[in-house]
Amino acid sequence: MWSFFHKLGSPPWLFRIAGSILRWLLPVTLVALAVGLVWGLLFTAPDFRQGNSYRIIYIHVPAAVVALAGYYVMAIAGAVSLIWKMKMADVAMKACAPIGAALTFIALVTGSIWGKPTWGTWWVWDARITSMLILLFLYLGVVALYEAYDNKEAAGKACAVLSLVGMVNIPIIYKSVDWWYSLHQPASIKFTGESTIDPSMLYPLLWMIVTFYALFTCCLLMNMRAELLEREARTNWVKKLAAENRA
Amino acid sequence: MSAPAEAPATGAFCLALLRRQLTLAARRPIEIGNPLLFFAMVVALFPLGLGPAPDKLAGFAPGILWIIALLSNLLTSETVFRSDFEDGSLEQLLLAPQPLFMSVLAYIGAHWLTTGLLLALVSPVFALMINLPGQAIGALVASLLLGTAVLSLVGGIGAALTVGLKRGGMLISLLILPFYMPVLIFGSAAVQNAVLGTPAVPYLAILGAMLCLAIALAPLAIAAGLRISVDA
Amino acid sequence: MYFDSLSAALSMDGHGAYVWSAYAISLLVLVLLVRAPRRRQQMFLRQLAGEQKRRQPGLTAKPEVE
Repeated sequence: MWSFFHKLGSPPWLFRIAGSILRWLLPVTLVALAVGLVWGLLFTAPDFRQGNSYRIIYIHVPAAVVALAGYYVMAIAGAVSLIWKMKMADVAMKACAPIGAALTFIALVTGSIWGKPTWGTWWVWDARITSMLILLFLYLGVVALYEAYDNKEAAGKACAVLSLVGMVNIPIIYKSVDWWYSLHQPASIKFTGESTIDPSMLYPLLWMIVTFYALFTCCLLMNMRAELLEREARTNWVKKLAAENRA
Repeated sequence: MSAPAEAPATGAFCLALLRRQLTLAARRPIEIGNPLLFFAMVVALFPLGLGPAPDKLAGFAPGILWIIALLSNLLTSETVFRSDFEDGSLEQLLLAPQPLFMSVLAYIGAHWLTTGLLLALVSPVFALMINLPGQAIGALVASLLLGTAVLSLVGGIGAALTVGLKRGGMLISLLILPFYMPVLIFGSAAVQNAVLGTPAVPYLAILGAMLCLAIALAPLAIAAGLRISVDA
Repeated sequence: MYFDSLSAALSMDGHGAYVWSAYAISLLVLVLLVRAPRRRQQMFLRQLAGEQKRRQPGLTAKPEVE
């Protein structure tokens, strides 16, 4: 048990393990992504109310779900690095931010494109869209703060504090935006309620959500590997790796 | 060997800090006046941008006043720890035996007294300038009193994290504006409800709850942020 | 397959432009997301390898250019 944690703190071990996980996880994820995209695009029946435009759900919802989960991954990694001074948690936290920002961006763009045929407008100040926008700001804040520090160790700690503050705040922001929206809800736009979803639509959606989680994991591991190399540039194992790479 | 002089109790220490901050602020009355001047100027921008129609302005008034209060708080929060960081007294504070949690509260308290409190007290004047209905002025002052305290605490987190950075000005807004949003929502909702004649108390109660949470948690983050900034 | 023909799949009863553009943009972002760390790693290793080569004594007597 403890030896596992000790190994987790060893950069070359982590680099190697992440590499061997990626060797099978990345191809599997990419195939699953292709299958899910084709499934959602071509093989499901259209929604009887929204027609074909609802197919955007197969990327919109998974991206949104994983983007939100990613913030918690980042904050928990930040907490671990602050409390137990674990360098690897710091690396993981730093790796989360750009992935989360990209996924939030996807969720916002696809949501906006979906809104055009459904509500007749590109942007609605709806509670969920607004919350996603704020989430994007939170991610970009972490990225900006990290880049602003010259001392990368301090940058990691500062970002950990910021992401923890964000973790406390996200439920508050979500609840207040939700409440704000219910106060101002314009009468002209009707949202479909929590309707029961047909299994033929649910399965590809679940498939895509799992795929996006796997994709998040892959990107996280790859980002961590790149970050590890840069942080350990002066050590022997990295030098050896570079020498092998040259050969 | 003589025993070292007794360290002052935490309460006395914090009061001394608070007095020091207030004295420093009082020596530069212009800087206290700046946020208020900013408030007045931005209020003047809205009729220029939206047109002078009184009823239109009155409709937007709760939101306008709250957004300006938020911005002027944002602009001043950057300076909370700046000068003490530069002359090294912040380092001394971190070494002091008194808990950083409490001394940080003294800094934030001084900041709130010199910005938020004054802003809330002066806000009725600006409210009249943009035709906020009279029955909402009480709610405006109350919501600003509670809300700006939350803003000062949250802004302190951003200030602590960016105090060591050369170009912190823009960054701090990126970091803490998302955390300001709930305060804005409930603050302007309180005023809006007062305008409509419905009770504003529930919203003030939520702002109060946010203030309690912020007092309990924000100093932790500020203290951690200051340690990081000073070590870096 | 739900659609009868390729053109039906492309047009999607008038929603095609929205659906396909949403998928295309997302795919583009995902590709960038997956490729960025790989490129970063490759670039870094190449740079480090180049540094090692320059430091290797003996092979070529080229003076180091600052």
